[in-house]
Amino acid sequence: MSESPQKSGVGRLFRRGPWEIAATLFIAAGVLMLLQPFALVLYTYSFITTLIGVVMFVIVSKFPE
Amino acid sequence: MSKLNEIADRAAGATPPSLAGAVRGLSDKSIAWIFIAPTIILLLAINIFPLIWTIYLSLTNYRANRPNAELKFVGTEHYEKILTNPDIWAAMQSTAHFVVWTIVLQTVIGFTLAWLVDRKFRGHGFWTTVILLPMMLSPAVVGNFWKFLYQPQIGLFNYIISFFTGAEPSSFEMLGSVQLAPWAIVIVDTWMWTPYVMLICLAGLRSIPDYIYEAAEVDRASNWRQFWSITIPMCLPFIMLAVLFRGIENFKMFDMVNLLTGGGPGSTTEVASITLKREAFEKWRTGFSSAFAIILFVTVFGLANIYVKALNKVKSR
Repeated sequence: MSESPQKSGVGRLFRRGPWEIAATLFIAAGVLMLLQPFALVLYTYSFITTLIGVVMFVIVSKFPE
Repeated sequence: MSKLNEIADRAAGATPPSLAGAVRGLSDKSIAWIFIAPTIILLLAINIFPLIWTIYLSLTNYRANRPNAELKFVGTEHYEKILTNPDIWAAMQSTAHFVVWTIVLQTVIGFTLAWLVDRKFRGHGFWTTVILLPMMLSPAVVGNFWKFLYQPQIGLFNYIISFFTGAEPSSFEMLGSVQLAPWAIVIVDTWMWTPYVMLICLAGLRSIPDYIYEAAEVDRASNWRQFWSITIPMCLPFIMLAVLFRGIENFKMFDMVNLLTGGGPGSTTEVASITLKREAFEKWRTGFSSAFAIILFVTVFGLANIYVKALNKVKSR
């Protein structure tokens, strides 16, 4: 039984790997923005960046491998 | 096996008929829920409830020293204040200085020590134990005795520095100087936690199969080439694990810094956790400090997620 192209496309879209990497990058960027000494504006937006990464990580960890 | 059956029969016989009847009617899933319910209730009570309560407090003007004052909902005001406050940003930079330098020093020294210990020289077991001693001590004890070591008049540290540099032992104060105090806490943390990094790196080095080095020898790869092409890449997941773990731990470091400098001189060594303590228990701004705690929590939680991911990667090797 072969999967329909649409279904396999959706399945490929919701694979855990790339989304987890994206979430990890968001978290890492948020932490760097929080701790950097260069721009107050980056510090201001650090929390929301980390939060997006964390929420994303929790959601995408439920995606299939 | 018959002994087990005998025990099971005895337990069944001792169960009151009413209870036995009630349990017999339950599905396996229900029985499983009954067994895990106490743990879930405990987790909810000591982990989840305080977290939700802290989020709630962070949105109010609550002060723990005025419990009867009118409680006002302030929305995200505390979060905005924290994330635009230059003083708290400075505390974050002190934390960054502490975290970055401790990680760099601990990784470099820890990996070097692991590489040396892995050579299996005579008495390497004894020296491994000696190297591991500092991490077995309590941070409170370490903080107190390093305070004595850093004493400008009688401290051993100042005498050792003066021996090598020729400077007067009492001419500099590690904990009292604005320039030296941030490095003083970095030195103590590095002294204490390098053995831990060494242990993780040692596990990484010992997980590399000998046949890879033997194949490299056959290919006439130099020691330097083997180090950069085999040792470092194969140890990297373990090094990453150590870096993440120490990063998380040092990001929330409190006890040792509080004992050594208490955040001083001025606010040079005021790391995030000390700012949090001051806001919560000196200025009694409970709502504000709850918001700050949530910001730190989200950061640590994010790093912990990456840590678990790295751990799984290492486990799957």
